[in-house]
Amino acid sequence: MVRPIIQISNLMKTYKLGGETVHALNNVSLEIEKGEFLAIIGPSGSGKSTLMNMIGCLDRPNAGKYLLDGKDIGKMNDNQLATIRNQKIGFIFQNFNLLTKLTALENVELPMLYRGVPAKERRERALAGLSKVGLKERAGHLPTQLSGGQQQRVAIARALVGNPAILLADEPTGALDSKTSKEILQVMKELNELGHTIVLITHDLAIAKEARRMVSIQDGQLQENGGELIGNFAIY
Amino acid sequence: MNSLGILQSIKMALRSIQSNKLRSALTMLGMIIGVSSVIVLVSIAQGSAKNVTSQINQLGTNLLTINTFGTDLTLTEDKINVLSKLNGVKALSPVVSGRVNVKKDRTTSQVTLTGTNADYSKVRDTKVSNGRFINDLDIEYRQKIAVIGSETASTFFGAENPVGHYIQIEGTSFKVVGVLVSKGSSLGQSGDNVVIVPLSTGQRLVKSTSINQVYLQGKSEDQMDFVMNEVEMAMASMYPGKSDSYSVTNQQDIMDTMSSVSSTMTMMLGGIASISLLVGGIGIMNIMLVSVSERTKEIGIRKAIGAKRRDVLLQFLIEAVVLSGVGGLIGILAGVGIGKILSSILSLTVSFTSSVMLLSFLFSLAVGVVFGVFPANKASKLNPIQALRYE
Repeated sequence: MVRPIIQISNLMKTYKLGGETVHALNNVSLEIEKGEFLAIIGPSGSGKSTLMNMIGCLDRPNAGKYLLDGKDIGKMNDNQLATIRNQKIGFIFQNFNLLTKLTALENVELPMLYRGVPAKERRERALAGLSKVGLKERAGHLPTQLSGGQQQRVAIARALVGNPAILLADEPTGALDSKTSKEILQVMKELNELGHTIVLITHDLAIAKEARRMVSIQDGQLQENGGELIGNFAIY
Repeated sequence: MNSLGILQSIKMALRSIQSNKLRSALTMLGMIIGVSSVIVLVSIAQGSAKNVTSQINQLGTNLLTINTFGTDLTLTEDKINVLSKLNGVKALSPVVSGRVNVKKDRTTSQVTLTGTNADYSKVRDTKVSNGRFINDLDIEYRQKIAVIGSETASTFFGAENPVGHYIQIEGTSFKVVGVLVSKGSSLGQSGDNVVIVPLSTGQRLVKSTSINQVYLQGKSEDQMDFVMNEVEMAMASMYPGKSDSYSVTNQQDIMDTMSSVSSTMTMMLGGIASISLLVGGIGIMNIMLVSVSERTKEIGIRKAIGAKRRDVLLQFLIEAVVLSGVGGLIGILAGVGIGKILSSILSLTVSFTSSVMLLSFLFSLAVGVVFGVFPANKASKLNPIQALRYE
């Protein structure tokens, strides 16, 4: 049997907010297999950002267990988390989060820079990554010289270039018009067909439906298949 | 290996400095002013110290002086002969001195008279530019000849060559046989307005046979303490119980005093200038702090992508060090330039030493490290989640 790439069991995360304890994640369990295309849907304040930070190894849980590729994330220090993020996770953000002073190519090179890949190999792999998303001829452009869709493609290339275990997309189409959104989703679907594991976080049901599997999160609790969000409560 | 190389970090720092040219230049200005003022002030101080040293050396090298005061002690020729036979003494020159009236035609002037022997030229490092110095025969035959200083020569003879002409010293006619090379004034004594005559004739002119000063030249610089001891012992045995009536001074002592004065001055000026280096460092810290909060988002992105604390720390630290180091280099160039300009305008002696330059450059690097650590540490400690959310 193949071990799931992500195993989350009974994850808890609480914040102190103005003297009150907020259960951002309450006993969340989730397993993601290799090659899956999973959407996590939830309204704002549902805890989906917290869950994303957990999955993305930006934060550590208060309780529970998170195994990424068999490694226990809860026991790692900041530096080990940075290494895990660098090697296992490709981030795609809502507002692209490209470094504005670096060219598209240099942005894509960045993860490999922190991995210590030699300059020549870095360049070749970054160029290959850019041509995968169809932006090879834009390699020398600054992010400000690119359209939103192009910027997100650069971000996807940057996320992919380190060959991560999962692609973690946080509202990847949130800042794009509907036509570009479709293009970006198409790119992600193609990547999934190529075997990449993708976790998509969104509040938009239409987008979540593009994924092959959907879970919903509400008040820090996770439910398979959209659960009651779609049924009785009918937020969507 | 799983981390960012130093070379790559330096490249990144240079890029970020380039992308903010005006701000970087203004930040560097603090370092430039600091380093260049250290170099200018220290060079001026060292230049003047060098000046003083060379002035003292003009009085003669490896020089010991015996001065006598009062009348209860007379240095006589035979006692002086004893001194000249001491081990470490290379040459010795007894001196009688006084102020005399010199007259030629209608010009009259008061001049310092020195009656001495042939060795004086060697001991006091006085050379003749024209003619000859006194020799031993002149003393023996009480020749009425004189060697005159360059200022005296121009007073009485103008541009004319004085050698072979006569001057009246206290009413007696003396033949000028030589003119001294100009020495300039040193420590308040004009070395050029003098008349030097043979010791025997000099004693007659000042109407006294007592020798009030003896110059001794040691054989080598590192023996001077030993020679000084020898001379003091000899004097003590010749004049028991009269140590208050004479003094033996070592030129090295004067030199040491002077150099301690000038090194104190150098330290003080350097210290004052270093304060501006500190201020420049604080400027760097300020800018780096601004830069960190401006680039919070960038730091968040870098961290999300896998930059470790060390990577972010190094990036900002290297930026600070590059700013201060480049500022330091420009400061050295500016300092040397300003020093050169000052020395030509104000005719100051300026002496640049590579050690001062190296030191102030290293100091500027150190300032970069010290004042860069705090902002860099702050950057490296940013929480990536909050940093990513920062707009």
